[in-house]
Amino acid sequence: MIEHIAAIVVMLPIISSVFVMLIRNNSINWLISTTASLITSIASIMMYLQISKNGNISYAMGGWEPPVGIEYRIDEFNALFIILISIASFLILLYARHSLNSELKENKISTFYSMYLLCLGGLIGILSTGDAFNAFVFLEISSLATYILISMGSDRRALLSAYQYLIMGTIGATLYVIGVGLIFVLTGSLNLHDISIRIQELELYRPLYASLAFITVGIALKVALFPLHAWLPNAYAYAPSVGTAFLSSTATKVAIYLLIKYLFLVYGYDVVYSNKIFVFVIIGLSILAMFGASLIAIFQSNLKKLFAYSSVAQIGYITLGIGLANYNGLIGSTVHIINHSIIKAAIFLAIGCIVFKTKISDTHELTGLGKKMPVIAILLTISSLSLIGIPGTVGFISKWYLIIGALEQGWWLVVLSLAISSLLALIYVGRIIELMWFHQPEDALIVNSKSLPVEMLAITFILTLATVYFGIDTRLTAGLAEIAVQNVLLGGQ
Amino acid sequence: MIEYLIYFPILIPLLTAITIKSLWPIEITRKLILYIGPILTLACSIYIYDRFDELNSNVDIINIFDNITISLGIEPISMVFLIMVNTLWLVATAYSLGYMISNNEKRLGNFFLFFSISISCANGAALSSNLITLFIFYELLTISTYPLVTHKGDEQSKASGRKYLLILLGTSLCFFLPAIGYVYYLSGGLEFVDQGLLFTNLLPDQINHFEISILLILFVFGIAKAAVMPFHSWLPAAMVAPTPVSALLHAVAVVKVGVFSIIKILVYTFGVELLHGLNTVDLLVYVCGFTIIATSIIALKQDNLKRLLAYSTISQLSYVIIAILILTPSAIIAATMHLIAHAVSKITLFFAAGAIYTSTGFTKISEMNGIGKNLKVVTIAFTLGAMSLIGLPILVGFTSKWYIVQSAASESQWIILSVITISTLLNIGYFTPIIYKFFFNNSNANKKFKDLPLTINFAILSCCILMVILFLYPTLIIEVIKNVQ
Repeated sequence: MIEHIAAIVVMLPIISSVFVMLIRNNSINWLISTTASLITSIASIMMYLQISKNGNISYAMGGWEPPVGIEYRIDEFNALFIILISIASFLILLYARHSLNSELKENKISTFYSMYLLCLGGLIGILSTGDAFNAFVFLEISSLATYILISMGSDRRALLSAYQYLIMGTIGATLYVIGVGLIFVLTGSLNLHDISIRIQELELYRPLYASLAFITVGIALKVALFPLHAWLPNAYAYAPSVGTAFLSSTATKVAIYLLIKYLFLVYGYDVVYSNKIFVFVIIGLSILAMFGASLIAIFQSNLKKLFAYSSVAQIGYITLGIGLANYNGLIGSTVHIINHSIIKAAIFLAIGCIVFKTKISDTHELTGLGKKMPVIAILLTISSLSLIGIPGTVGFISKWYLIIGALEQGWWLVVLSLAISSLLALIYVGRIIELMWFHQPEDALIVNSKSLPVEMLAITFILTLATVYFGIDTRLTAGLAEIAVQNVLLGGQ
Repeated sequence: MIEYLIYFPILIPLLTAITIKSLWPIEITRKLILYIGPILTLACSIYIYDRFDELNSNVDIINIFDNITISLGIEPISMVFLIMVNTLWLVATAYSLGYMISNNEKRLGNFFLFFSISISCANGAALSSNLITLFIFYELLTISTYPLVTHKGDEQSKASGRKYLLILLGTSLCFFLPAIGYVYYLSGGLEFVDQGLLFTNLLPDQINHFEISILLILFVFGIAKAAVMPFHSWLPAAMVAPTPVSALLHAVAVVKVGVFSIIKILVYTFGVELLHGLNTVDLLVYVCGFTIIATSIIALKQDNLKRLLAYSTISQLSYVIIAILILTPSAIIAATMHLIAHAVSKITLFFAAGAIYTSTGFTKISEMNGIGKNLKVVTIAFTLGAMSLIGLPILVGFTSKWYIVQSAASESQWIILSVITISTLLNIGYFTPIIYKFFFNNSNANKKFKDLPLTINFAILSCCILMVILFLYPTLIIEVIKNVQ
C-alpha cells in the first residue's frame, strides 16, 4: 500500500468525485468528499514523513518505467504543497455544507462536491507528476472543474465570469502545450527530470528561450500574474463563497508551483537567470501587480472583488521572490504561498459567514457589522491585518524574507516597492475595518435569524488563529519552506 | 525568579484588560481591578528594577526563524521608561474614572479594555531586547490605540483615526521595517548591544557612511510616533480622543515609545561612536530644530487648548531627539531626563485641560477667562506644568533643560543652544496668555461651575508632587542612566 501512496493521493479524490456524481444525495456526498479529502491529507503527511526519512519518491505510473512511462516524482518541495492543498480543501469542505445549502440550488450541490474533488485531484496531479504532458492533462482537468465551480454561483454574472475564465484558461493551456512541444522537439523527452538533464547539453539558442517564453506565459495566465489577471476578480466574486475560498487558497498556488518547477528544476537557474530580460520582466510585472492591483482594490466596492484584487497583488509578492531567485527570496515566495493560502481561506470563509447571514455583496453594506456579528468581524479584522504584514501575523514573515532577499541583491527600489505596496494594502484593509467597526449603520443591516452553524464559525476561527500562530511559530511554514528550498531548488548546496 | 517576573509588566495589563471587559457590569470588582492592575504592574517594575543585576541575559520567548527571536531584557533606559509609564498609568486610571463618568462618556468597558492593552504594548516595547520585538510592540501599540482615537465614533474622529493609522503604520512599514531588514542584512543580528550592534559588529572597512546615513534617516522618520516633521500631523488629529487618552497615550505612552525607540536604536543599534562626525546627524539636528520652532509658532496661534498642548508635545519630542543627537554620555542622560520631565509635566497639563472641560465645558482658550477663581487646584497645577515645560526651577523641567544645555555647550553645539533659547521664549509666549486669562481676567469669576470628582483632583495633585520630587531627586534617574555604556 505505502509504495503506491503517490498514486493514491491523486487518484482518491478523482475516483470519489465519480461516486459523488452518481450518488446525488447531498448529505452522503458531503460525507464522502470530506472523508476523501481527510484521507488525502493524512496520506500526504505520511508521504512527507516518508520522503524526509527515505529521500524522494519516484513512482512509475502503471509500472511503465520512466522516461517512457509517466513518472510521479515527489520531493520535499511538492510534498509540502500537497499537504497544504489537501488540508486546505479538507477544512473548507468541513465548512462547506451549510454555506452551500444556503447559496446553491438543492440539485446542484452534488455536482459542486464532485467538481470540487475533481479539481482537487487535478491540482494534486499537477503537483506530483514528473511529466510535462501529464501536467497539461491535470491542468485541464482542474481547470474544467474550476469553470463549473465558478459557473455555479447564484449571481447570473457567474456564467459570464466562468466563460471568461474558460477562454483565458484555454489560451494559457494552449501556450503551455506549444512550449512543451518545442521542448519535446529539442530534447526528445517529456519526462521533466530527463529534460532537465538534456537541456544542460543543449547549446543555448532561440527555440529553448521560445519554449521558456511560451510555458511561462501559459502558466502565468493560470497564476493570474498581472496583467494576465483579468479572469480572476470576476471568477472570485461570483463563484459560491466556498468555491472562492477553495480557488484562492489552492488553484493559483499550484500554478505558481508549476512555474517554479519549470524555472528551477527543468530549465535550471543558469539558463533562466542568465537571461536578464526575463528577470526584468518578471520583477517588473510583480511590482506592477503589487501596485496596480492594490490601487484597483482601494477603489473597489464589491467585497469579494476587493479581496480578489488583493490576491492579484499578493501573487505579485510571490513572483517577486521568484524573480529575486536567491535563498531568502525563494523562501519568501514559498512561505508566502503557504501564508497567503491561509490568509485568503480565512478571509473568504469569513465572508462566507457574512453572506450566510446577510446576503450582502458590497463593501458599504458592511457598516455596523461589528455590532451585529462581532465574532466574525473580529476574525475578518485579524486576517485582513495579516494581509498588510503586521508583525505577529503570517504576512510579516513572508515580507521579511522578501525584504532580506531584495537587500541581498542590492535592489533598493524593490525594497521600497514592497514597503509602499503594504501601505496600499493598509488603505484598502483600513477601509474595511473602519466600515465594520466605526460606522453607524444608516439603515440597520438586515441579519436573518438563522444561527451561524458551529462548524462554519469553528473553521473560520481555526484558520484565523493559524494566521497569527504561524506568524509567531514558523517551524511548520518557514521551517519546511527552508528545507524545501535548500534541498530541492538549490540542490542541497 | 526574575526571568519570570519580566513577563508580568506585559501580562498584568493584558489580564486587567480582559477581566475588566468581562466583569464590566459589576461595579465594585471593576473599580478594584482597575486599581489593582496598575499597582501590581508598578510593584513588579520596581521589583525588577531592584533586582536588575540578577538578570544576566535576555529572556527568549520564541524563536521566529533563523536567529530572529522575540525576547525581553532590561537595561537602564528601559527600566526608567517602564517605571515612568506604570506610575503615570496608576495616576491616569484614577483620573480617567473620574473624567469618563463625569462626562457621561459611553462604552466605558471598551475604553478601559483598549487602554490597558495599550499599556501592555508600551511595557512590551520598553522591555524589548531586540529590534524585532520592539517593532512588534510598536505596531501593536498603534493598532490598540486606534479604537481609542475613534472612541467618539463621529465623522471627525473617524477621519482622525484614518490619518492616525495611515501615518503611523505607513511610515513604520515603509521606513522602519526596511531599516530593520537592512540592519539584519549588514550585521546578521538585531539585538540591542552595549556600545551599539553595528559599531561592534562591523569592521572599520565595512562601515559605509552613506549606508549608515540612509539607515539613520529611515529610522528617525520611520518612527513617526516621535512626530518629527513632516510626519507629525497625526498627533494634533489624535486629540479628538477623550482627554485621559490624550494625556496618558498621546503625551506619555505612544509618543514616548517613539522617542524611546529612537534613543535605544541610536545607543544600542548604531552606537554613539559610530555616528560621530556624520553629516546626516547635523541634517537631523536641523530638521528637529525646525520642528521645535515651527510647532511652537503654530502653538502660538491655537485657540483649542488640547491642540495647543499637542503642538507643544511635538516640539518637546524633538527636544529629546535633538538632545540624543549630541551623542555624548551626558546627552543620553539629558535625553532620558527630558523624556521623563516632559511626560510628567505634559500629563499634568492635559489633566488640567480635561478637568477644565469637565467642570466648565470649555475647550477654547478664549472662553477660559477668570476660571482661576473657581478652579484653584486645576489652574495652579496647569501653571506649574507650564512652568516646568518652560524650564523654571523647583520643577523637573528645569533639571532636564539644564542637562541638555550643559551637554550641548560642552560639545559647542551652538545651533542646538540657540534653538532651545528661541523655543523657551516661544514657550513663554504661548503659555503666559493662558495663565493670564485664568487669573487676571474676571469675566467668568462669578459663574458657578460643576464640582470636580475627588479622583481628578487627586490625580492632578500627585502629578504636581511628582514634578517637584523629580526636581529634588534627579539622581533617581541619573544614577540609573549612568550605567549605559
